Amino acid sequence: MNYFRKYYYGDYGDKEAPTGGDTGKAAANEWPLWEVFIRSKQGLDHKHVGSLHAADAQMAVENARDVYTRRMEGVSIWVVESKYIHASNPDEAESFYEPAEDKVYRHPTFYDLPDEVNHM
Amino acid sequence: MNKELFIYTLHLADNALILAQRNSEWTGHGPVLEQDIAITNIALDLLGQARNYYQHAAALYNSLSDHDKNSLEGSLPRPWKSFHRELQEDDLAFLRDEHQYRNLLLTELPKGDWAFTVLRQFFFSAFQHLFYQELLQSSDPQLAAIAEKSSKEVAYHLRWSSEWVVRLGDGTEESHRRMQEALADLWMFTGEFFTAAGYEQAAATEGFGVDVLLLREAWLKKVEAVFAEATLEPPKQSWSQSGGKSGQHTEHLGYLLAEMQYLQRVYPNTTW
Repeated sequence: MNYFRKYYYGDYGDKEAPTGGDTGKAAANEWPLWEVFIRSKQGLDHKHVGSLHAADAQMAVENARDVYTRRMEGVSIWVVESKYIHASNPDEAESFYEPAEDKVYRHPTFYDLPDEVNHM
Repeated sequence: MNKELFIYTLHLADNALILAQRNSEWTGHGPVLEQDIAITNIALDLLGQARNYYQHAAALYNSLSDHDKNSLEGSLPRPWKSFHRELQEDDLAFLRDEHQYRNLLLTELPKGDWAFTVLRQFFFSAFQHLFYQELLQSSDPQLAAIAEKSSKEVAYHLRWSSEWVVRLGDGTEESHRRMQEALADLWMFTGEFFTAAGYEQAAATEGFGVDVLLLREAWLKKVEAVFAEATLEPPKQSWSQSGGKSGQHTEHLGYLLAEMQYLQRVYPNTTW
């Protein structure tokens, strides 16, 4: 039996335990993970900047303010609990993305633009 | 007038510096990474405020007449006198002795547990928030400017600490118990906010400072509102501890200064 669990700084319990056994009790008490999106002053869209732990949405926004906007990175914050994000499966990358590789005609480069049209 | 303004500015600087130093003890030791950064940000905000005040105080002193300078002898850092140069912000922060510090006792108490830290911060930020609204009207343009810059920071400190008081007070059995204990330990140090020292009375009369007594009611109201949500009750006890504003400190300040001032004491005028 391993009665002692070694804790390291930043060790939240939902990550792999560094040494020894994890009873799973710690993980149940931990705060959920949130993904953070920040819109910068010049930017038009929110960009993913990282993740953090928080007990609820309000705390997540405040934590994001403290962790990710210390150097004036943003003017708007979105947070979403990580469990609500659905991702494509890396194993399916071949069928997902490769079929597009040989279809250059999908790029809008096969016609001439009039000179008067800017910002295209 | 500049003599009193100098002392008053030092008092405001000391409050900010000592609490910044206490909060910075959490750096690398916060309960979780996110809160470690949050409390460190607050410490840095307070350190920035302290710097503004110390710079202002040093400039004030350097512009005084010789007669006024002599009368402030007891408030000046002794080692600085052998430097034979003008007074600078670092001299005031790193070379004054314990009894020359005029910070509130509340700011120098050891950091305790997380409940103690957030409750102290809440009491202090609730006070500072009201204080800066008034200091905006200061007849001293520099103090008014510092108040304007700082009040945005303090609004966030207040929001952040209020929320933690509610979270822990109205949280688990253990967190509620810890908040109660912190409250029992801290309450008697909150009266000093509103007990004006001589230089504060002069500051209020002259118009460059704030009459702290007038802030008491609004402060209590804010505390009661947050406590109601946090299921905490303000203690009935009315006796309060004071002395920090006039240089009589708890035994904790000496240890704090010993650590904070070590480098400048051992290697005078050293720089990074």
